[in-house]
Amino acid sequence: MKLSREEVQHIALLARLGLSEAEIEKFRIQLSDILEQFEILKQLDTTDLPPTAQSIVLQNVLRPDEAKASYPVKDIMDNAPQRESNCFKTRAVLE
Amino acid sequence: MNDLHQLTISQAHQLLKEKRTSSVELTKAILVRLAKVEDKVHACVTISEDAALEQAKNADKAIGSGKIKPLTGIPALIKDVMCTKGIKTTCSSKILGNFVPPYDATVIEKLKAGKAVILGKTNMDEFAMGSSTENSAFFTTRNPWDLDRVPGGSSGGSAVAVATDEAIYALGSDTGGSIRQPAGFCSVVGLKPTYGRVSRFGLVAFASSLDQIGPITKNAADCALVLNVIAGHDPRDSTSAPYPVPDYTKALIPDLKNLRIGIPKEYFVEGMQKEVRASIEAAIKKLEELGAKIDWDASLPHTKYALAAYYILAPSEASANLARYDGVKYGFSYQDTSNMWEAMEKTKQFGFGAEVKRRIMLGTYALSAGYYDAYYLKAQKVRTLIRREFDQAFEKYDALVTPTSPTVPFKLGEKVDDPIQMYLSDVCTLPINIAGLPAISVPAGFADGLPIGMQIIGKPFDEETILHIAFAYEQATDWHKKKPPI
Repeated sequence: MKLSREEVQHIALLARLGLSEAEIEKFRIQLSDILEQFEILKQLDTTDLPPTAQSIVLQNVLRPDEAKASYPVKDIMDNAPQRESNCFKTRAVLE
Repeated sequence: MNDLHQLTISQAHQLLKEKRTSSVELTKAILVRLAKVEDKVHACVTISEDAALEQAKNADKAIGSGKIKPLTGIPALIKDVMCTKGIKTTCSSKILGNFVPPYDATVIEKLKAGKAVILGKTNMDEFAMGSSTENSAFFTTRNPWDLDRVPGGSSGGSAVAVATDEAIYALGSDTGGSIRQPAGFCSVVGLKPTYGRVSRFGLVAFASSLDQIGPITKNAADCALVLNVIAGHDPRDSTSAPYPVPDYTKALIPDLKNLRIGIPKEYFVEGMQKEVRASIEAAIKKLEELGAKIDWDASLPHTKYALAAYYILAPSEASANLARYDGVKYGFSYQDTSNMWEAMEKTKQFGFGAEVKRRIMLGTYALSAGYYDAYYLKAQKVRTLIRREFDQAFEKYDALVTPTSPTVPFKLGEKVDDPIQMYLSDVCTLPINIAGLPAISVPAGFADGLPIGMQIIGKPFDEETILHIAFAYEQATDWHKKKPPI
């Protein structure tokens, strides 16, 4: 499985991860090598097996629908990179 | 008597209870020790000296009024992946370099409720992705047994801190071996509990179906004491198990009569260092002398598929979990653009290190349209096979014993540019996370002065048996008492 430069750029776009030219080439080679290691799984016939998402048997864990105090606004906003009063300031999503 | 910093939890507790020392005195002694060795090993990211001394004073008040619990007044260090209210929690990443959590992780709440003293936060591979602590965005932690070698990872800072007496104990987290492998590399005890045993609330997520928090301690008895405090159901973690928590110290029995232990031959892999094999075989013979029935022919034939399955599952989950670092609500944020997408892409480009980017790429690929079935779904099905195989083995055995790592600690820089070789150093530990089982690493010898760890794997929610075996082994050996030359 050899990845092309375009495939690497496409994956980076899906992840919204910026990469330098050097990183694109480095990851193209390294990810191709790693994907090659995954080929071993093709030896196994898993047709009739159910997938396991996690190892503990718990389903539909619910809590009572009760109103509770949240964290203080100040504590949350103190970590904001950009703010205006008590709002997170972001760039325009729609232009 | 030992110097104060050399005490175990049980010894420190005894002295505090008898008022032969105070928490403030103990905390100060530890801070002196820290100042002495930290320049050599670089285990800590943040030392919160003032907060620690304040907690120590409060602990002394509690002790004075007769309210002493097992961890009261005893100084600990925490891997910098667990949220500590008001104290920076960085995951050793630039992207969280200035992040101050508004709340405590559940494990921290529990430690504080027992009046523990939290000294600060330890270095790690960025976002717990790595096996050497070289992926920290800040600095490299060194192995105290040989400063030119890695301490293992990703909880390298926590393991080194316990090995060098910078803390009486520490907490780590383990997604594919990140508690056990560094514990083995540093000759301390490290336990990864069953998935669901310890709440993950406030643990910065790497791979949510694999992550667990656990203790790193100087011996098995201390490990039981810490697990007693941190284990238990938490409504804030929907994957935390609603089962009662036993008193793990009751499992500490010095003989192993009638215990059935399997030795899965697939873990004695080709390329395994011969000194590691020899030490683990000697350790197993010791378990036999203690009364255990050993089956040298146990087999887990799907072990060879675990590495590939893991490196699909963990990066897939990571790619989803790390999508939250978009520079909007917290963390590093690229500002020099008015374009939203560019800001997001550059925030990640400059905020994450190479290994984190590699895993985001790998996971995004495995989850992408057209590849999901071939990679992610396939790996989840292999996960079923691996879990079933362990379940079958546990019909015959009470525990399984393997090496923790196939080699002793490797040289700094040796594998940092070779991801596949680095991933292979977790080959003995990551199948256990895939199956969600508990496992402990205990000191089991040395090769040319470098530590070797033995891994003991238990049934789901049977931490008692692995602590029992670890404790009995320790009573018959003194590897865990050896200290690094520092």
